[in-house]
Amino acid sequence: MRLVSAYEIRDKYLRKDMLPTIFCPGCGIGSVLQYTLRAIDELKLDPDKIVWVSGIGCSSRVPGFVNFDGLHTTHGRALAFATGIKLANPELKIIAFMGDGDAAAIGGNHFIHAIRRNLDVTVILINNFTYGMTGGQVAPTTPKGLRGTTAPYGQFENPFDIAQLAVAAGANYVARWTVFNYIQGINSIKKALQKEGFSLVEFLSPCPISFGRRNRMKTAPEIIKWYQKITVPIEKAKKMKPEELEGKIIIGEFVDRDRPGLVREYEEYKKRAKKMMGWEV
Amino acid sequence: MKYPFPVGTADFIQGDEAIARAAILAGCRFYAGYPITPASEIFEAMALYMPLVDGVVIQMEDEIASIAAIIGASWAGVKAMTATSGPGFSLMQENIGYAVMTETPIVIVDVQRGGPSTGQPTLPSQGDIMQSIWGTHGDHSLIVLSPSTVQEAFDFTIRAFNLAEKYRTPVILLSDAEVGHMRERVYIPNPDEIEIVNRKLPQNEEEAELPFGDPHGDGVPPMPIFGKGYRTYVTGLTHDERGRPRTVEREVHERIIRRIVEKIEKNKKDIFDYEVKEIEDAEIAIITTGIVARSALRAVRDLRREGIRAGLVKINTIWPFDFEFIEKIAEKVERIYVPEMNLGQLYHLVREGANGKAEVKLISKIGGEVHTPVEIVEFIRRDMR
Ligand SMILES: Cc1ncc(C[n+]2csc(CCOP(=O)(O)OP(=O)(O)O)c2C)c(N)n1
Ligand code: SF4
Repeated sequence: MRLVSAYEIRDKYLRKDMLPTIFCPGCGIGSVLQYTLRAIDELKLDPDKIVWVSGIGCSSRVPGFVNFDGLHTTHGRALAFATGIKLANPELKIIAFMGDGDAAAIGGNHFIHAIRRNLDVTVILINNFTYGMTGGQVAPTTPKGLRGTTAPYGQFENPFDIAQLAVAAGANYVARWTVFNYIQGINSIKKALQKEGFSLVEFLSPCPISFGRRNRMKTAPEIIKWYQKITVPIEKAKKMKPEELEGKIIIGEFVDRDRPGLVREYEEYKKRAKKMMGWEV
Repeated sequence: MKYPFPVGTADFIQGDEAIARAAILAGCRFYAGYPITPASEIFEAMALYMPLVDGVVIQMEDEIASIAAIIGASWAGVKAMTATSGPGFSLMQENIGYAVMTETPIVIVDVQRGGPSTGQPTLPSQGDIMQSIWGTHGDHSLIVLSPSTVQEAFDFTIRAFNLAEKYRTPVILLSDAEVGHMRERVYIPNPDEIEIVNRKLPQNEEEAELPFGDPHGDGVPPMPIFGKGYRTYVTGLTHDERGRPRTVEREVHERIIRRIVEKIEKNKKDIFDYEVKEIEDAEIAIITTGIVARSALRAVRDLRREGIRAGLVKINTIWPFDFEFIEKIAEKVERIYVPEMNLGQLYHLVREGANGKAEVKLISKIGGEVHTPVEIVEFIRRDMR
């Protein structure tokens, strides 16, 4: 397969008048955006039938830069808006681009319920362990002991494992990578985009400005090195003891199943209603 | 098209049920909600009807999600509604602002109950008047309608959808527990008897490229719905005519906010709706809205029998509010009485409208009971003495 150049992807899918992006040097959001666009390109999906949805945060600015229909909503609510779009017009494919604070804190309830319903949506989640846009407060993902402006002495709460949360809530497809696992990342997004129901690809993504700076990792390469220390591939993790996994973040593909999606369930429900009312046999 | 309830005939139904039926006849095909007394019956009726008319009905995880879902559905091209009561209405405020800013046509029903907080879940109140107009942050305008009867709950619901589509704006139907739960005879028209308004869609590429502009000079841009190839970006950030975020330029913010406000305020004559009774020779006017207007009408008749020339102004549109109209009434009468089921919310608007031309007095009642006509009469009689 021919490797499409980054320039080609840019010219094909970005809104030129919106460039440059707001992202800081070394930020991982741009890379994940590129992977997502590559996946769309490789799958030859019709851009006119894709809607990007987001909440509020650095990651949520992504729909503004891509030349698709897009809904940049309120903080944490992207998946609730997506529920309306998808059910009102099931022809549309929905990509929700979210931050970890957006998805798991203020939007935590919408997140688990969208998964429970198996809403037909592909979530691309930027986990930078912090609230980037508001300047580096701790997030529900911040590892214990690391610093943010609202926990200057080191986070004392337990973090969420977003991918595991999604598996438990019933997602059809869940994978987690760091932004540097780009081949696996693109492949996962491709799989996710082809899934019925809820799919999630979480990326550990460097935020050198708001997060790294406060945690002795001023640059993206320093954050990569840290990722290498704290991440464990899922196959390897299976052979490790719980003590060894303490403080580690597992990466890989967590689940891949085919429970019926919300759109299909609702179609069935409508049929059942009409039958029960004697409108249809 | 087949309907799951009789049309072209009268029926004896609750206010909440009337709202659900009207929504379906108005073309609503998406309902998202979260249960709350006294609005749940709207949801329950929608749950029965929607799947039969190929619409969507879904119980969301909360009211924030409910309004978010209907905004999403509206951008997907479908007429959409949610219904709630005070506490849920409070939760919706952030996204009501989002709908204002993104000019999304939606209908929100607030069946008022006593508050603040959980308050009196089963009892009526008019405590959300200010919240309905000014609940969300920032400068804005939207439309608020207020029915007094079950028939009006039906008729105003259809009007709410039409106004939402015509002005590309959220419309709030401010009902209350009394109207919501009361059963009355309602005429449910045939679909061909109803005037239905649909949003303007872009006629060409140029129009589609200005989803927040003013290509027709009426302040209401055509709405390029998703999936048609227009590639529209919708954001709650301050944006220019094309929808691009422009958050620090004063002029851009001023331009969009003024247009969004003015498209409503400049069309006050079209949107503001009221009824008057016995006002021509009146020396005093009772100005009120919603369920209380029914007691007030009886009070007007009783006062007239006693020789007091009373008249009634029943406000059907709470916002945009026609302050000049109230001033004209104030010029004709000596005193204005505002009975309402709160500690004075419509009162503020009326007093501003009266502009000192007549004395304005509040007849307030809270606790979940509607004013009786006698209470209104006695207050006025005492006050006139
Ligand atoms: C209701 C509400 N509360 C708070 C904010 C302020 N706010 C903006 S972005 C943000 C956090 C974003 O963090 P995250 O979702 O992790 O995304 P990132 O910026 O890191 O990509 C917050 C709290 C807001 N916009 N709305
Ligand atoms: S603050 Fe962090 S997440 Fe936001 S753009 Fe900068 S580096 Fe990226």
